[in-house]
Amino acid sequence: MSDKVLMKGNEAIAEAAIAAGCRHYFGYPITPQNEIGAYMSKRMPKVGGVFLQAESEVAAINMVYGVAGAGKRVMTSSSSPGISLKAEGISYAAGADLPAVIVNIQRGGPGLGGIQPSQADYFQAVKGGGHGDYKLIVLAPASVQEMASLTVKAFELADRYLTPVMILSDGTLGQMMEPVSLDFPQQQVFEKPWALTGTKCARPKNVVNSLHLVAEKLEQKILARYERYKAAEQNEVMCEEYLMDDAEICVVGFGISSRVARSAVNAARAKGIKVGLIRPVTLWPFPDAALKAAAKKVKAFICVECSMGQMIEDVKLATEFSKPIHLVCRSGGVIPSPEEVVGKIEELMINDK
Amino acid sequence: MKTVFEKPKSLSNVPLHYCPGCTHGIVHRLVAEAVDELGIEGKTIGVAPVGCAVLIYEYYNFDMAQAAHGRAPAVATGIKRADPNNIVFTYQGDGDLASIGMAETVHAAARGENITIIFINNTIYGMTGGQMAPTSLPGQVTQTSPYGRNPSLCGYPIKVCEMLATLDGPEYLERVSVHNVKFVRSAKKAIKKAFENQVNNKGFSLIEVLSTCTTNWGLAPTAALKWLEEKMLPYYPVGVYKDRSKVQ
Ligand SMILES: Cc1ncc(C[n+]2csc(CCOP(=O)(O)OP(=O)(O)O)c2C)c(N)n1
Repeated sequence: MSDKVLMKGNEAIAEAAIAAGCRHYFGYPITPQNEIGAYMSKRMPKVGGVFLQAESEVAAINMVYGVAGAGKRVMTSSSSPGISLKAEGISYAAGADLPAVIVNIQRGGPGLGGIQPSQADYFQAVKGGGHGDYKLIVLAPASVQEMASLTVKAFELADRYLTPVMILSDGTLGQMMEPVSLDFPQQQVFEKPWALTGTKCARPKNVVNSLHLVAEKLEQKILARYERYKAAEQNEVMCEEYLMDDAEICVVGFGISSRVARSAVNAARAKGIKVGLIRPVTLWPFPDAALKAAAKKVKAFICVECSMGQMIEDVKLATEFSKPIHLVCRSGGVIPSPEEVVGKIEELMINDK
Repeated sequence: MKTVFEKPKSLSNVPLHYCPGCTHGIVHRLVAEAVDELGIEGKTIGVAPVGCAVLIYEYYNFDMAQAAHGRAPAVATGIKRADPNNIVFTYQGDGDLASIGMAETVHAAARGENITIIFINNTIYGMTGGQMAPTSLPGQVTQTSPYGRNPSLCGYPIKVCEMLATLDGPEYLERVSVHNVKFVRSAKKAIKKAFENQVNNKGFSLIEVLSTCTTNWGLAPTAALKWLEEKMLPYYPVGVYKDRSKVQ
């Protein structure tokens, strides 16, 4: 068994990125993700990598675009307001088919919002954020271990599907400490014949670009990209099912909310209520099939979110509105309590009688 | 037979799309000549701006990236940091470099980023149809300053070389012009030096090139060259604004 170390979630992300072969990190300070930049500034020089504090999130994401275009693994991180600034660059990276990892340690919004943990950037992450027809693969860790392992996975997915990948987490997971194993499977090496490495006068030039002035040509590019998205939908969906076998109520939550939901499920089970949990790990591609299958068995769903209810829309779509879907949510940086969720579960059981 | 003039190897065969009398083409060529003469074609990577020169990635035979509006210095920073052996340059207009991308410009300069910037100052937003630029002259009529640029309403033009020269970061800053052969020759020298500096790991070099925009100035090619000489040169004096190799 490999040794475990006690780490903050933010640090686990940073160390995992280095383990994944990322040697370039660009960022601009913002709470609650500053541990990532601090860690990278210490570690990168020791592994021959580059840490650069950019003049803004706009600059940071465009530096990422440059390194990704040059064919190297690269990461940036920020929190909600900074991700809004990165939106332009993320759209360009998606449009140029560039692999990169973007970490969002969410805080409450809109605007400057607050610095407490939030999940209110769900729409921004999975429905676009930047302009144009594109998707991001979005991963939602729920433990410090997953902050690490999903970061490694993010680099692999980015290279495989030639797309920016987002780690969507929050201030709680970023700053809490848990034991984590930093033993990762051997990384696959991806050839990048399209990268800007200099022609060495030995091959035709490469161009990294999102501009296509002929509409049909741009459409072709988009269609090719959506073929890759389709493959990701087929191959990369990740979700966890907990006590779902005999469940009559399905609680759905990702990230920090899933931890609240799990406590609530355990508490309700202790009271003899048949309730289970589905935890989406990939927010895009969303675990539609698991939810659709659950809809055939359960009487109702309860979504738990640290927002006014964003993921719930995808649950409604996945289940085709076939069962009642309820929401337990807090916003602005407040996390719903397990008791609030148990209360909703009990309310549904009473109404059912 | 002796060849006395030919197309630089670094220039592709794609015909340029520029308006008659536009000087972008001249500057494209000067960059290609510099790259050829330094023998760095195989390791040069250019970054295209958003502006009239956006299609510059079509015109060279070396690797090219296309950047978001104003972000070319940040993209170039990434490419350079990914492999410092490569020679990385940006080619940017005044709207791109001195308005929307000012932060990226100043900070790349302040970092002394080892890249080369070719900055085309034509006092106007060419591509979008001739709006006022941060470098438009006082009194200059544009689509969005139809009564002439009024400094009391929209401030004064930005003198990029002068401003960047206040920083410790840059290695070399020079303003040149391409309105006649003599000036084109010194522009060539400056551009080549700006690339040579990077080859020698000296750091940030920026060459500001005073250029024409016949279409949006509403002038014929020769009249545009004259306008550049008479109106732009006095406001934007050519010369070396910083050269660390000359400072003892
Ligand atoms: C974010 C963004 N804002 C605005 C534009 C529209 N736009 C395209 S080119 C341009 C101005 C270019 O002017 P300049 O940099 O001076 O270059 P020139 O065309 O004169 O060579 C603008 C505003 C854009 N593409 N992206």
